[in-house]
Amino acid sequence: MANILAVDDSASMRQMVTFTLQGAGHKVTLADDGKQALEIAQRQSFDLVITDVNMPVMDGLTLTRELRKLPSFKFAPILVLTTEAGPEKKQEGRAAGATGWLIKPFNPDQLLATVKKVLG
Amino acid sequence: MSIDVTQFHGVFFEESFEGLDIMETGLLSMSQGEIDDDTVNGIFRAAHSIKGGAGTFGFSHISEFTHGLETLLDQIRNGEREATHEVIETLLSAVDTLREMLTAVQSSSDVDEEKVAQVSHALEKILDDTVAETGVNSEDTSVADSDESGTTETNTQQQSWLIHFKPLPHLLQTGNEPIRMFRELAELGELTVSVNDEELPPFTDLDPEICYFSWELTLTGEMDEAEINEVFEWVDGDCELTIERLQENEASDLPELLQEQQSHDKPEVVEAISQPMATDNDSIVVEAPSKTPIKSDAAPKKKTVSSDASTASIRVGTDKVDSLVNLVGELVITQSMLGQIGDNFDVSMLPQLIDGLEQLERNTRELQESIMRIRMLPISFVFNRFPRLVHDMTSKLGKQVELVLTGEQTELDKTVMEKIGDPLVHLVRNSLDHGLETPEKRLAANKSETGVLKLNAYHQGGNIVIEISDDGAGLNEEKILQKAIEKGLVEPNESLSPEKIHELIFLPGFSTADQVSDLSGRGVGMDVVRKNINSLGGAVEVKSESGVGSTFTIRLPLTLAIMDGQIIQVADQRYIIPLISIIESVEVDISKVKKVTGKGELYKIRDEYVPLIRLRNVFNLDGGIEDLEHGLLVIVDCEDYKIGLFVDELLAQQQVVIKSLETNFRKVKGLAGATILGDGTVALILDIAGVMAMHKEPALIKQTSLKSVV
Amino acid sequence: MNTENEILDILDIADSIDDGSQQYLTFELDSEHYGVEILRVQEIKGWGAVTSIPNTPEHVCGVLNLRGVIVPIIDLRLLFGMPFNAYTKTTVVVVLKVEGITDRIVGIVVDAVSDAYNVHPDMISNAPDLGSIVDTSFIKGIADIDECMLMLLDIDKLLSVEQIG
Repeated sequence: MANILAVDDSASMRQMVTFTLQGAGHKVTLADDGKQALEIAQRQSFDLVITDVNMPVMDGLTLTRELRKLPSFKFAPILVLTTEAGPEKKQEGRAAGATGWLIKPFNPDQLLATVKKVLG
Repeated sequence: MSIDVTQFHGVFFEESFEGLDIMETGLLSMSQGEIDDDTVNGIFRAAHSIKGGAGTFGFSHISEFTHGLETLLDQIRNGEREATHEVIETLLSAVDTLREMLTAVQSSSDVDEEKVAQVSHALEKILDDTVAETGVNSEDTSVADSDESGTTETNTQQQSWLIHFKPLPHLLQTGNEPIRMFRELAELGELTVSVNDEELPPFTDLDPEICYFSWELTLTGEMDEAEINEVFEWVDGDCELTIERLQENEASDLPELLQEQQSHDKPEVVEAISQPMATDNDSIVVEAPSKTPIKSDAAPKKKTVSSDASTASIRVGTDKVDSLVNLVGELVITQSMLGQIGDNFDVSMLPQLIDGLEQLERNTRELQESIMRIRMLPISFVFNRFPRLVHDMTSKLGKQVELVLTGEQTELDKTVMEKIGDPLVHLVRNSLDHGLETPEKRLAANKSETGVLKLNAYHQGGNIVIEISDDGAGLNEEKILQKAIEKGLVEPNESLSPEKIHELIFLPGFSTADQVSDLSGRGVGMDVVRKNINSLGGAVEVKSESGVGSTFTIRLPLTLAIMDGQIIQVADQRYIIPLISIIESVEVDISKVKKVTGKGELYKIRDEYVPLIRLRNVFNLDGGIEDLEHGLLVIVDCEDYKIGLFVDELLAQQQVVIKSLETNFRKVKGLAGATILGDGTVALILDIAGVMAMHKEPALIKQTSLKSVV
Repeated sequence: MNTENEILDILDIADSIDDGSQQYLTFELDSEHYGVEILRVQEIKGWGAVTSIPNTPEHVCGVLNLRGVIVPIIDLRLLFGMPFNAYTKTTVVVVLKVEGITDRIVGIVVDAVSDAYNVHPDMISNAPDLGSIVDTSFIKGIADIDECMLMLLDIDKLLSVEQIG
């Protein structure tokens, strides 16, 4: 049972992710964009952050970089959701400090598997 | 566990259509030359979201189609490609196609495959034209990522591998944990782990955030190198990793070979991993989408949203809902208070009862206003379709038009808004087609090349007023008059004021277009527009000046269902006249009544003569007041003129809920609907225009004998 | 209203009957017997205040308020061209669900209602042209019940918009 922060500007994705993760017994907090997520992260710590990359106001990579500056998120697992499997995009995520990635489109089972992989 | 993703489809469709609107608006502003980063990024993100969602929820054909669109947009936002006119037009038609595809999926119907292929092709053509780097939907297998030097062999026999894993010091700061990776490895086969802690400094120099360890692992099982690499894919670049295949005999020697210091700091690693788990492919993250089939319910089998998606739902701000909740709370309190009074009532409690009833009236009124506000939406929802319409039409017609929208935040009832769309479109089309001239003609008339089309909306009294004005050529009075004479609507010698001539366009079958363009002018237009607007309880009129321009003004009630009414008595029947139509009520001064052959009775009010209509006759009622001096004349607005309705008595004024007669019966001439009065009886609501029509054509009044009713 | 309650009791038993029979509510007009499918009967009311609608045919009594819905009331006698019977306290309005392009609720005024009968399709024969008052296109068929000839009405045709308007 983990405390997860999920960030995505798409309502349908937020719904799907919440439903899936909550169904597996996790607690999910949502944010629409990086800025909202950062504000939440400053008040609360999480066991895992899952964030989309393309979002308005603050994108996922910037969010990752900013989170890594916070003491409570220095070692936290951060997963970025990316649609591109090409090496450059993956490197971008890693360069920003992300732990790993999940490639869109993904189905609920893939999401759960990856989350399990990260949380152990 | 399998989760049914179809439950998220509704939200996906909603947000996708919104995204398409954003894309369209953005592309249109780009076509006007306003290209800024925010707009382009917004358009890109919208396409990106739709593509991602479509893929996630199983609409792969939509996802594929959107990919080209997204790629093109990505190039534009990276500055790799210029947003030329051709590019923007193609993108706009791609947006249209996407809209059709989404609608088709939503309503489980078919899409025009040819069109989709056509637009797809157009997108590809543009993309192929440049050597720009395109992010092709990857079939990449990520195998090449790790820095191991071995070949990737696939082989399902028992293998043994020696893995040397040395994280770079900062690895922990990526949120990655060696133990996690070791767990994954253990799921592939039998794992032994041996740690090397040579680099561990003395405790006092230890930085807990740095990883000082490295590991040697052996893994035996039916996995291949690629699978091992996958486990470490996230940390590629943050570690040193070598993977070597071992010979059979070497594997068994390893535990001794690697027997150095056991790490006391991580005993759990060795323990947890000693039991090999069966290869569980489901737990492995797959990268290339082609590897794992995505659960797809290709098209929803049942309609998740009604085909008329516009009425399916409303977004309501939580503040509006909160206020409703509060008001209902107050209503409950009032009800319980009245209940108490009712329980032990005696006359001395009368003042409290009256207070309670007043409170009830207040609660009900506030609740009603609050709910009406929920149904109110800004007219921008309707206005928003016009930039696209104007853009498309002006290119087709070869005209230059600037569209100015004001008052977009003016709110009106959702249902009224849905029904006013088509009439507005017709009026706008008319302006573009007939009103506004070509650039050449405009220049010749000393006007600027670019015409101006203004749409404005504002509140006035209990109404919303919508104005559509252009600075075009105005109504062609000569042509209109000629056409009217041709159709026998007007006598050849009649001299009509310009205003009267303008009114002629609202007559059925009227059109002065030379050719019937497919855009408008088929002659079914204006009368239908007026009829539609009238059926909403509104009115439309036109003001025009030759050479200068025209303005159409539409007036609509703010809500359809509730109306302020004046109850009147005629014979033994009660009717309701919409209060908004009533100008005044007068006692009849018999000296002001004039009888005119062929026109009936007229009444002089101030400087004009208005038709005097005896409702008793129109409704063929028995009894009732015949003597004009003993009844009342209610002067009302009837479209563009005034009429006087002769009634027996004026009763109360009250707010009434309009109920349809057509639901179970049919439309009745002269009646706009019915309502239920406080005593439970039904009262009929008058349709002024209908009453006037019946007055003019007595044939419409059927002769019926009365039944005696108890 | 006692008759009303008794009739409502009959309606309560209107479950589907396994052998394919349908239940019909019957009523008399003069000496002719008519039946309507019970599943189409929404409720039965006593006669009450009806607001007449101007310029409608004789048989349209008017509309009444049925729990907030405006329902037209048709005098079946007048619709059939029979002489008018003054309404009394025992006059009954049968509220029916009529299907068509849209589904509507329409009430018909009848003298009184009788029992409900199960009618099996085998019992129904085609309506011959009896020179009867009712146009046979409105009759689904004839059933012989207790030596009475029961004319089963097709209310969708009988009370269509064109007919009652």
